[in-house]
Amino acid sequence: MQLKTLLAATALGALMASPALAQQISVKAGVLNDRSGLYADLSGEGSVIAARLAVEDFKAADKGIKVEIVSADHQNKPDVGSTIARQWYDQDGVDLILDVPTSSVALAVNQITREKNKVHINSGAASSDLTGKACSPNTVHWTYDTYALAQGTGGAMTKAGGDSWFFLTADYAFGHALERDTSAVVTKAGGKVLGAVRTPFPGTDFSSFLLQAQASKAKVIGLANAGGDTINSIKQAGEFGIVAGGQKLAGLLVFATDVHALGLQTAQGLVLTESFYWDMNDQTRAWSERFAKLNGGKKPSMVQAGVYSGMLHYLKAVEAAKSKDSAAVMAKMKELPTDDPLFGKGTVRADGRKMHDMYLFEVKKPSESKAPWDYYKQVAVLKADEAFKPLAESECPLVKK
Amino acid sequence: MADIASTDAPAAALAIGEVDDSTARLHRNLMIGIAIALVIAPFVAYPVFVMKVLCFALFALAFNLLLGYGGLLSFGHAAYFGMASYVSAYTAKHWGLTPELAILAGTGIAALLGLAFGALAIRRQGIYFAMITLALAQMAFFFSLQTPRFTGGEDGIQAVPRGKLLGLFSLADDRALYWLVAAVFMGGLLLIYRVIHSPFGQVCKAIRDNEPRAISLGYRASQYKLAVFVLSAGIAGLAGATKAIVFQLASLTDVHWSMSGEVVLMTLVGGLGTVFGPIVGAIVIVSMQNFLATLGAWVTVVQGVVFVICVLLFREGIVGMIAKWIKKPL
Repeated sequence: MQLKTLLAATALGALMASPALAQQISVKAGVLNDRSGLYADLSGEGSVIAARLAVEDFKAADKGIKVEIVSADHQNKPDVGSTIARQWYDQDGVDLILDVPTSSVALAVNQITREKNKVHINSGAASSDLTGKACSPNTVHWTYDTYALAQGTGGAMTKAGGDSWFFLTADYAFGHALERDTSAVVTKAGGKVLGAVRTPFPGTDFSSFLLQAQASKAKVIGLANAGGDTINSIKQAGEFGIVAGGQKLAGLLVFATDVHALGLQTAQGLVLTESFYWDMNDQTRAWSERFAKLNGGKKPSMVQAGVYSGMLHYLKAVEAAKSKDSAAVMAKMKELPTDDPLFGKGTVRADGRKMHDMYLFEVKKPSESKAPWDYYKQVAVLKADEAFKPLAESECPLVKK
Repeated sequence: MADIASTDAPAAALAIGEVDDSTARLHRNLMIGIAIALVIAPFVAYPVFVMKVLCFALFALAFNLLLGYGGLLSFGHAAYFGMASYVSAYTAKHWGLTPELAILAGTGIAALLGLAFGALAIRRQGIYFAMITLALAQMAFFFSLQTPRFTGGEDGIQAVPRGKLLGLFSLADDRALYWLVAAVFMGGLLLIYRVIHSPFGQVCKAIRDNEPRAISLGYRASQYKLAVFVLSAGIAGLAGATKAIVFQLASLTDVHWSMSGEVVLMTLVGGLGTVFGPIVGAIVIVSMQNFLATLGAWVTVVQGVVFVICVLLFREGIVGMIAKWIKKPL
């Protein structure tokens, strides 16, 4: 009922507004993510705040663009996510969907967005298929992907001296893919992979696998897992004194919010790749300060930063295209360079990949950390064209070769 | 159910004693009411949402057939639901089967799986039965997780084509697909109703209420149990296979044990052992998940509270309460 009233009101509003203000465009953005489960911290309400900040910073109202933001919880279930996405597009007049962590849900939303000819700017999901096999003219993949994480952690780490690796791999397709991609990068950079062990998924006890990893004498132990598995394996590695013993732990899918949850005592020495960290320069600090005030003191994750940046670029494209027509907006998004205080200058490629630098970070020791959320020191920078898969190797049918 | 236990007459006589004329009339009117509601629903509510409710309602009906009328608590019904949705999605996408054949393939596989799992599980009773079904369902889950070539791993099978019914009618439009789903649901409901009120269903109820007595009367209890198990698995599979076509995806969510839990919740909220209860339960639970999605973390809390209230205040479920009130089985 409420939905219909809302819809009717919006329609009525649009009808009344359009003759008076010819320029007025009203845009409805949906932030679809995990608000109750594993990824609620790194996306969740924070992503909605980030989208609102983007609208505020763009001064949309002054430019004749009316923006409304709605949000929902997909509970990491593809069927829940796809029902919401369909309903948003069909009934509620949503023009773009933002965020969407969890690859299975992201791929479903990607498909529906293409069918309904709307826009999807993905920030939360890791799957590089979104701009590969499953790429779509209606999707931009913003913040990161598994390819970039493997390049960052695998390549930069090997160049920085960590040239022998041992993998702790979650025994399912995603873990295998992470291990395979990272191994390839490590070998290419001149490193050696000494071995790998498959851990049951989902796992709670990693002790025997960690002992194997320790005994391998590899300089780097790569954690080819995600979510709860990563948290548990890092905690237990701490108990075995693996980092204290001189080996490095490399998380292939770890976020600042995970480090925050683990605490520095446990996470210290962990090496990971991200595209954004709040404490990089004055601009990111200023923005993160504003964000933290609205988000109960929590600093933004890269996913939330990506939602801000994506929303901002979308609004710029709408302004330039003077319409919210999906094809026109997507063309403008790919044509205009991106520029925002968080990710700096970048571009959106033909396959929908947003290009920006990635950073290899190491988690500080508790003694090095001077303030709350002071977690990372930068180890290396990966230029955008090294970090993301070159178009020449792309499996995306949209790329003309 | 005392009348069943106290009657020594064979099954056919029980059937007559169970449903009197006025109850039969009430049930017929309810069926007609449901059919009319199905026709109106897509014009009032969002069709995809209604289709989701129907798929889960059919799933809950299948579960209720087993628990409510067979007295067997299976804690692994997600296996049949999920495997059927994988088979239906896979055959529709990679073999190019038309949707009705894909759905039939899924249903068939689920029934076969039910036969294999059921044959093992019915050897034990009570909590052991539930545990065996759960363990076997977990095996189905790990099979799905570990065979990305077939199931797509944790990404699931995406972009399943809706195809053309019988190769003729395109189902790309939500409304067109809706009629198929509504027909599948109505067919499933009528089948279950018929089974419950058949001599076979009466014997199942007799076994549920007093197994040694049914055996002493000469019924082969384990054969009846296996048959109702396979039937329930098959119908659960029908629901799962249809869901894969509706959402154009099949994923690990459908085989996960929490799905088995959800169907128990739907059945309990609606009314265990009532014909129409699971439908109401599915409507309540799916609507809650859908319309409360904006509340985020509160969805699970609200779900929990509803469950607690249900168990404390009306243990027979919503429809069970109404049935008690009007003093007629529903």
